Amino acid sequence: MTTTTTTTPPGTVTPPSTPLLNRFRVPAGFALGAVLLLGIAPLALSDFRLSLLAKYLCYAIVAVGVSLAWGRGGLMVLGQGVFFGLGGYAMAMHLKLTDAAATGEKLPDFMQLYGTGDALPWWWKPFANPGFALAMTVLLPMAVAAVLGFLVFRRRVKGAYFAILSQALAAALSIWLVGQQATTGGTNGLTDIQGFFGYSLDDPVNQRMVYFVIAVVLLLLMALARQLFVSRYGELLIAVRDSEERVRFLGYNPANIKLVAYVVAAGMAGLAGALFVPAVGIISPALIGIVPSIGFVIGAAVGGRASLVGAVLGAIAVAWAQSTLSDEFPAAWTYLQGLLFVLAVGFLPGGLASLGVVLRRRRTRTGTPATGETA
Amino acid sequence: MTVVLNQSFTGISIGAVLLLIALGLTLTFGQMGVINMAHGEFIMAGAYTTYVLQKSISSAGISLLVALPLAFLVAGAMGALLEWLLIRRLYTRPLDTLLVTWGVSLMLQQLARDVFGAPNVQTAAPDILTGNISAGSVTFANNRLFILGLALLCVLGLTLVLRFTPLGRRIRAVVQNRDLAEVSGIATGQVDRITFFIGSGLAGVAGVALTLVGPIGPTMGTNYIVDAFLVVVVGGIGQLKGAVITAFALGVLQSVLEYSTTVSVAKVVVLVAIVAFLQWRPQGLYTLRTRSLA
Repeated sequence: MTTTTTTTPPGTVTPPSTPLLNRFRVPAGFALGAVLLLGIAPLALSDFRLSLLAKYLCYAIVAVGVSLAWGRGGLMVLGQGVFFGLGGYAMAMHLKLTDAAATGEKLPDFMQLYGTGDALPWWWKPFANPGFALAMTVLLPMAVAAVLGFLVFRRRVKGAYFAILSQALAAALSIWLVGQQATTGGTNGLTDIQGFFGYSLDDPVNQRMVYFVIAVVLLLLMALARQLFVSRYGELLIAVRDSEERVRFLGYNPANIKLVAYVVAAGMAGLAGALFVPAVGIISPALIGIVPSIGFVIGAAVGGRASLVGAVLGAIAVAWAQSTLSDEFPAAWTYLQGLLFVLAVGFLPGGLASLGVVLRRRRTRTGTPATGETA
Repeated sequence: MTVVLNQSFTGISIGAVLLLIALGLTLTFGQMGVINMAHGEFIMAGAYTTYVLQKSISSAGISLLVALPLAFLVAGAMGALLEWLLIRRLYTRPLDTLLVTWGVSLMLQQLARDVFGAPNVQTAAPDILTGNISAGSVTFANNRLFILGLALLCVLGLTLVLRFTPLGRRIRAVVQNRDLAEVSGIATGQVDRITFFIGSGLAGVAGVALTLVGPIGPTMGTNYIVDAFLVVVVGGIGQLKGAVITAFALGVLQSVLEYSTTVSVAKVVVLVAIVAFLQWRPQGLYTLRTRSLA
């Protein structure tokens, strides 16, 4: 059964299940997710909660890429904030320009405030074009990832080095954005976004539309990632993660294999950033620096980095827990977040997705017969 | 000329701070392969040790002198505890140490916030360290000179320990070939803990030094940690001389760029320079030659 070839992180085993169940598991799960996201959630949730969910789904889109690059490829992508930010800023620049044009202004509000003169900076100008801006939300992150990835993977800089370099990139971008106050809005970022391609974001109906766009994009990207996982490329990616040297000896170039995963993950993060802007109405350096960049992998680690559904659910759950708990008990939430991370990564490397498997194995080991399907 | 000299001195003093912070990391990250994100919080522990001492010892000079060894012990003990509780289970998964210790660092930051409050605090510097020394047209700030001296002293001490003591020999043996060291009768687990103790202790010393140049706060560690890791990456794993050269080189580069451009542009250019450098020497400035393929 080719559908079970999705391999697992070290320390987990594929749950034994019947072939018939397997054949329908993935489409059935996908259909269930679609019904939940597109049917039940919009009916059951208030406008406010639905817009919160839209925000969490943006993090989930990043998690799809994290699951690909980190879970499958073993690339610890600690700088996803960079790509999220590039996508977010590309979108926000366009929306700020259309907002300004709608009110008859030549410049976005913050530029008038900081007084950089009358002229729009040259690198803002192309973003007035919606097609260009939309393309940039994905292409710009992918280009940055391609350059960094090419340089780093080609020279076989790997593991911790790659993680630290990608983290340093996140730090550098957010520091740079803060420093260029007149053209990027500095610490405040690009705020107070009013419209989304001509639709006012104040209108709850349009907010719902944004939610649907995000949910559909998430489902599509999950399907895409799933196809990548079961493809020949997905097998190669896992092979590179587990033994790069052997893959090299077999005649493949591991650098290219890793590069594709990194670039695709960057594109997904960029798209997530672009969708985040209309959903939340702001993009700022505080959302893309080192801390949020690590935040992007927290959810995936807790849910299960190698399991696509685990990573996505983990990202949603952690984001939800963060916004509900951090308002009421900020101190307690920080402790809990730290502890969650220590426990999930340190003691359950497969994340919560592997909990059932680990428990089942432990039960078998201690002699109690495992219930149901024993191998 | 004066500008050049002054900027170089600024660069060297930035480098000295970087060196102090990165020194502990060359042990824990470089030699043991553990990416300890809580290293920044051990720095914070050292800084708060100074702050607490100054509440009981009114003389700033004496409290600073007492703080140096005490901060080493406090931060070192925290490091050894962390190693014992968590890290020793993760030696086969070096990348995961980054995430686990990140969780620990979050908790330690919050702990500092709960104990000492969220706002930054300040310590008084001893009178000797507040002035300047002028040599011709160049001025040297005394506190910066002190940090430079302290950094060099730490390098010297660490070098002597690693080179000439039985403990140092055991540490080097474990780093170069853990399995062979184990079968030769070295208790590698114990060596790991002591190495971690020393590495974390050095972070505490760095924390004491940082109280002389800036405020003490729960997030002070985060500000330095990435730069310190970059120093170790560029210097080469576990290479003291690599760390020394890199720290000063990055410090001077940073200060020259900051002078000619802006702080934010300087950061980006330094990062680009590092990536470019790794094209030329992917393993860093100096490499430890081992027989392992990876």
